[in-house]
Amino acid sequence: MTTRGIGSIAGSPSLGRRGLDKLGPAWEGIRRFSKRKPLGAMGAALLLFLILVAIFANVLAPYDPYETNPTEFRYAKPGGAYLLGGDDVGRDVLSRIIFGTRLALHVGIVSVVLGAIIGGALGISSAYVGGAFDLLVQRVIDAMMAFPGLVLALAIMAVLGSSVNNVIAALVIVFVPGITRILRSQGLSIKEMDYVLAARAMGCSSKRIMLRHILPNCVASLIVLSTITLGWAIIVEASLSFLGAGVPADMPSWGGMLSGAAQKLIQVAPWLIFFPGLAIALAVFSVNLLGDALRDVLDPRLRGTGSG
Amino acid sequence: MTQYVIKRVGLFIPTIILASLMIFSLMRLLPGDPALLKLLGDEGSVHFTDEDLARERARLGTDRWLPIQYVAWVGGMLKGDFGESLYYETPVSDDLRERLPVTVQLTIMGIGLAILISVPVGVLSAVRQDTRLDYGLRVFTISGVALPTFLTGILIVFIISRWFNWTPPLGFAPIWEDPAKNLQQMILPAIALGFYDSCFIARVTRSAMLEVFREDYIRTARSKGLAEWFVVGRHALKNAFLPVITIIGWQFGRVISGTVIIETIFLVPGMGRLLIDSILHRDYTMIQGLVVLVTLLVMLVNLTVDLLYAWLDPRIRYA
Repeated sequence: MTTRGIGSIAGSPSLGRRGLDKLGPAWEGIRRFSKRKPLGAMGAALLLFLILVAIFANVLAPYDPYETNPTEFRYAKPGGAYLLGGDDVGRDVLSRIIFGTRLALHVGIVSVVLGAIIGGALGISSAYVGGAFDLLVQRVIDAMMAFPGLVLALAIMAVLGSSVNNVIAALVIVFVPGITRILRSQGLSIKEMDYVLAARAMGCSSKRIMLRHILPNCVASLIVLSTITLGWAIIVEASLSFLGAGVPADMPSWGGMLSGAAQKLIQVAPWLIFFPGLAIALAVFSVNLLGDALRDVLDPRLRGTGSG
Repeated sequence: MTQYVIKRVGLFIPTIILASLMIFSLMRLLPGDPALLKLLGDEGSVHFTDEDLARERARLGTDRWLPIQYVAWVGGMLKGDFGESLYYETPVSDDLRERLPVTVQLTIMGIGLAILISVPVGVLSAVRQDTRLDYGLRVFTISGVALPTFLTGILIVFIISRWFNWTPPLGFAPIWEDPAKNLQQMILPAIALGFYDSCFIARVTRSAMLEVFREDYIRTARSKGLAEWFVVGRHALKNAFLPVITIIGWQFGRVISGTVIIETIFLVPGMGRLLIDSILHRDYTMIQGLVVLVTLLVMLVNLTVDLLYAWLDPRIRYA
């Protein structure tokens, strides 16, 4: 079930052989996914757009996001030289949103990938090794999951101080327990499969069984979980920066743009709130759409583990 | 049931010990010595001697062996003593006692409002499945879960201040002093806090109701001629409520996280605002106390929900 699911995304050889599409199996997979899950495909397209914006931020941004020009562009209305207006020190809102995209996706993707690697390794080994190791890991995970996510992230940021890498570290610590928990339960059921027994009978080492037999069967869940977690990562990063405990205040981040002056001047300069807010909502919305669709296609068992 | 309670409570104790140990270790990772930080102050003055430093360390208890410090800290908390704030130099427990009721009230109002709105919406959506009403409600709830809490909060402030000329109040009235004023101040933050969960719980209620509608006992209830409202209210909702309760329990931690944001936006003097202020002041004893208290609160709620769930659904306790 799960392996077939991957096939329809990454493209399985059988589709290519049927010659349904000359552009190759990957393309066919994408086409079928879009047909089955148009909303998910829309989310994927939006996310791709945001990724391109992030990569080409320095080409796309009309101004330097750090450049202040208080005399000319302080609270400049949208539509002028600064297309989306200017902020309290005369920085270009559009350029800051564009660079904010880079920051949000950088923090989100790196933390989710690290979280998936650590959580995946812990979850699978905990399930496979079992015994005292499993018990220990599970109690630690229980304790970590007892903290409300944002509160734990804030406490970590309080100790580490504001920086991009520290935000990533805080997010990884917050994400690992949930991923570990789900991967462990998957590992436990896969462990009982006949092919694992067969591999063991053939004399495979534990490492080989975990990496070559259990892990590939968890990849689908890991992809779905990572996508759902990415939406969460974007929200938590924005929340941290909004609260002044995320990236340094002058860095262009969506959450940071909404705090401070922007919030006090909500009546005078609503565009300072409106455009960054729209960027966050759009990013989270597109990631959620993609995540939901991927979950339905790849791993319906994960239903109900929505982003928090 | 007794067995289940023992098992569940047995899990609770090591978890809270481990969690407190984690937060303690995290706070000891901090770059620098609290006594030194305190003597240096914000300006970084150098008017103190090594003797002052040693005395300050002894007073704060940071000169002792770490495990002893941990035991002393936990022992103090059990007696209601959370240590002294590094910034205000007052007992942390004083602030906690003052702030806890505010946050608890906000949380209860937020979740309460969310349930009051979302359950009827979810039921309505399920009863009128695939009608225009259902589609409308679904589009609304799906967009609602894409809005992070702080955006909802800012949007509400924006709308209210634009059209009703409202600004967040500066003074705060506790509920036992001036209930009318307090409720007036808390209602908007509570709506902002509960908005996400209204949408989320509505979605869960809808799918739970749809699932129950397919059960045989619903068909039996209908075929014996019971009124539709009775079937929906007594037979369906009662059974659909189980997954909804679990979700509400799971969401509690998220709601508590949300109070940090909402209290900052709406200037509500609760634990969340205090946490943010303490981070800015690098007040580690305060942060430590707040995180432990909030975590304990979340764990107690989760425990209650789990026990409630087992009590309501015998399938859980005999599993």
